[in-house]
Amino acid sequence: MSRLFPFHGGLKTVRHKTESNALPIEPGPLPRRLVVPLRQHMGNVAKPSVQPGDRVLKGQMIGQADGYISAAVHAPSSGVVAAVEPRPVPHPSGLADLCVIIETDGEDRWIEREPVDYRRLHPSDLRNALRNAGVVGLGGAVFPSAVKLNPGGHCERVDTLILNGAECEPWITCDDRIMRERAAEIVAGLAVMAHLLEPLKVLIGIEDDKPEAIAAMTAACAGTGYTVRAVPTRYPSGSVKQLIFLLTGREIPEQGLPLDIGVQCFNVATAHAVHRAIAHGEPVLSRIVTVTGHVQRPRNIDVLLGTRFADLIAQCGGYRDGVERLIMGGPMMGFALHNDDVPVTKATNCILAASAEQLTPEQPVMPCIRCGACVDVCPANLLPQQLYWFARAREFDKARDHALFGCIECGCCSYVCPSHIPLVQYYRYAKNEIWAREQEKEKAELARQRHQARQERLEREKQEREAKLRQKAPPRAAAETGTETTGGAG
Amino acid sequence: MRRFQTITSPHVLLETSVGQVMRRVLYAMLPGVAALVWFFGWGVLVNLAIATAVALVAEATMLAARGKPLAAHLGDCSAVVTAWLLAVALPPLAPWWLTTIGVLSAIVVAKHLYGGLGYNPFNPAMVGYVVLLISFPREMSTWLIPHGVGQTQALTLAETLRAIFLGAPVVDALTGATPLDVLRTKMGLGLSVAEIRNSPVFGLVSGHGWEWAVLGFLAGGLWLIYTRAADWRIPTGMLGGLALISTVLYLINPQKYAPPWFHLWSGAAIFGAFFIATDPVTASATPRGRLIYGAGIGVLVYIIRAFGGYPDGVAFSVLLMNIAAPTIDLYTPPRVFGARRG
Repeated sequence: MSRLFPFHGGLKTVRHKTESNALPIEPGPLPRRLVVPLRQHMGNVAKPSVQPGDRVLKGQMIGQADGYISAAVHAPSSGVVAAVEPRPVPHPSGLADLCVIIETDGEDRWIEREPVDYRRLHPSDLRNALRNAGVVGLGGAVFPSAVKLNPGGHCERVDTLILNGAECEPWITCDDRIMRERAAEIVAGLAVMAHLLEPLKVLIGIEDDKPEAIAAMTAACAGTGYTVRAVPTRYPSGSVKQLIFLLTGREIPEQGLPLDIGVQCFNVATAHAVHRAIAHGEPVLSRIVTVTGHVQRPRNIDVLLGTRFADLIAQCGGYRDGVERLIMGGPMMGFALHNDDVPVTKATNCILAASAEQLTPEQPVMPCIRCGACVDVCPANLLPQQLYWFARAREFDKARDHALFGCIECGCCSYVCPSHIPLVQYYRYAKNEIWAREQEKEKAELARQRHQARQERLEREKQEREAKLRQKAPPRAAAETGTETTGGAG
Repeated sequence: MRRFQTITSPHVLLETSVGQVMRRVLYAMLPGVAALVWFFGWGVLVNLAIATAVALVAEATMLAARGKPLAAHLGDCSAVVTAWLLAVALPPLAPWWLTTIGVLSAIVVAKHLYGGLGYNPFNPAMVGYVVLLISFPREMSTWLIPHGVGQTQALTLAETLRAIFLGAPVVDALTGATPLDVLRTKMGLGLSVAEIRNSPVFGLVSGHGWEWAVLGFLAGGLWLIYTRAADWRIPTGMLGGLALISTVLYLINPQKYAPPWFHLWSGAAIFGAFFIATDPVTASATPRGRLIYGAGIGVLVYIIRAFGGYPDGVAFSVLLMNIAAPTIDLYTPPRVFGARRG
């Protein structure tokens, strides 16, 4: 029962947790203007349901979930919609995405909230409530939780529900703080999830460098039957595949889902959001963000979605001298931003303003010497150096055969590479190329099918005409004139 | 609004480099080299110096010719490692031109003509060694008698330099065959292993003097494993393979076949296992493959020693397994996380 299953590879990285985990979570500012992206989740972008000039209340829906894999977006505070237009969002590309811009009125006036008793609600109504509350995975993957809480479509039964409090990335402490301070609410949200999935076992995995969080969660779980398990501090134990393996010894198939092995896994902050949505009728309007690194006073802040990064940095006393990179997420998997004028989204778990000393400077890339250091640390047990050669040579089929898509992009291989090869970047490139080719292939296949259908239709029409002509016993070769004009719609 | 540099993740890296790995190999060779110097005199150091100088000049010239940045690549120390691996394997009084030809074959032909660091299919040092062994068999088999065997006086530095650079003849009493040479020649005369081992060339376990160099290289090699500069699987495979086949044949006929400990402790077995076979560029890259690759070298070394035309076979074995490495890799991929078992 209490056995752990250590995964292959992984790293002992720098930690840097103490910079930000000492202070309690602090409320964020109420900015004059909130820029709320309509794409803050995996799946389809939400459909805007407000127009410029509309008055909105705090918690009012401003973007509707569009399709099954989607989630709603809400006004984080009361005010007036100033615009619905593309704005820069936190994304590695620096590109703009559709946002609702709200000029806040400072009153922070709530819409009428409707708490519900989850035990009385039909499961599908419960899931709908979560979808409409915009609940998505707050660990960073932002997958709509309602979808994951619907085991119906899958033949496998969820026998194990796992709550992920590992937080293995260096610097980030938002899960640590939320577990210390809001353990009871997390466990209440977990109860809602357990109610929907009816698992046999509920496990909570927390890295053993967070004793306070472990204690708080253990206390909150008293009498529930949920088990808190301390897992060794080893990156990337917070990756879904690795955490599930650690706790259950089961492996998610290369391109599969936790459901395939009867497991479902959520972040601790997601459980908290589920509880707020159901028991308080509060949609996801804010999240805990760790602001750390080379800022004056690192800390965790409960931030309204749509708040600018720059405002949070200001709340932490501003940058210290010599900040070089601004990273959203942790240093292992996070991405560097072009500037700090972008809004916090549901995916923003950490803002790391890093100085040169806190980072590794760019180093000259040397040829791969096949030393195999990457093989030793790869938690997916791949051959990273082999994948690198394939990606470089554009041999994408071979890369795929060598389980490229088993790569979780954790960055362990790049971390240990003595030649400083940006390995993860090569894998992303190869994956994108393969996806692009598949799309091309699909398009070509679709075009081919359409062409074939058109040919068949034309042939059919021709035969029908000929049949008609024969019935009328026409004068010979009279009706052979143009009929091709209808073909354009194909 | 403040702007920042953008670089892809991960943003922190381990402090490591190709140069660091290569320098560790050099450090690890020091105890063994010290023992060689003690027993074979100045010649060992002179060889190392010639080889290093030639290697650096050749490397710089080839890098310049290929339009590669000089500082980064010279700083990786890979050419020096190649030079040292070769120099240690040469007779202590090898003429300067022998060392030069060997190093040039290694750096220019085996390394750079095949694409430079990371691209060469064959171990450069061993290519250099084999070129010399085949082309200059007499020079390559003229070894000094180790210090402490017989009544000889060690050569002075001046004498050593004259021998190496001017070809000044060395007293016959100072030169002799290596222990493996002795074993092979006398075996041909029909003597038993036990009889041969009474020769003064032999010490406690293997060759007198040699065995201390082996101990030095073993210590350095274990340190390489400890620092992860070398993969434990390759030496384990190689020494395991050599031990296994030599044990089997020793048990079949101890008169005709030397015991396994003699084989493990003789010639270039230990040095080859930890320093030569572990060259990652030319070795197998998969975990299981590295065990197989090492074992293949071990078995081939024994076959060449016991049945082949040369007293030792590490260089040929390594080159043969270099060719096999890509195929081994193809059939020994690790089980990917989430893949079906079995």
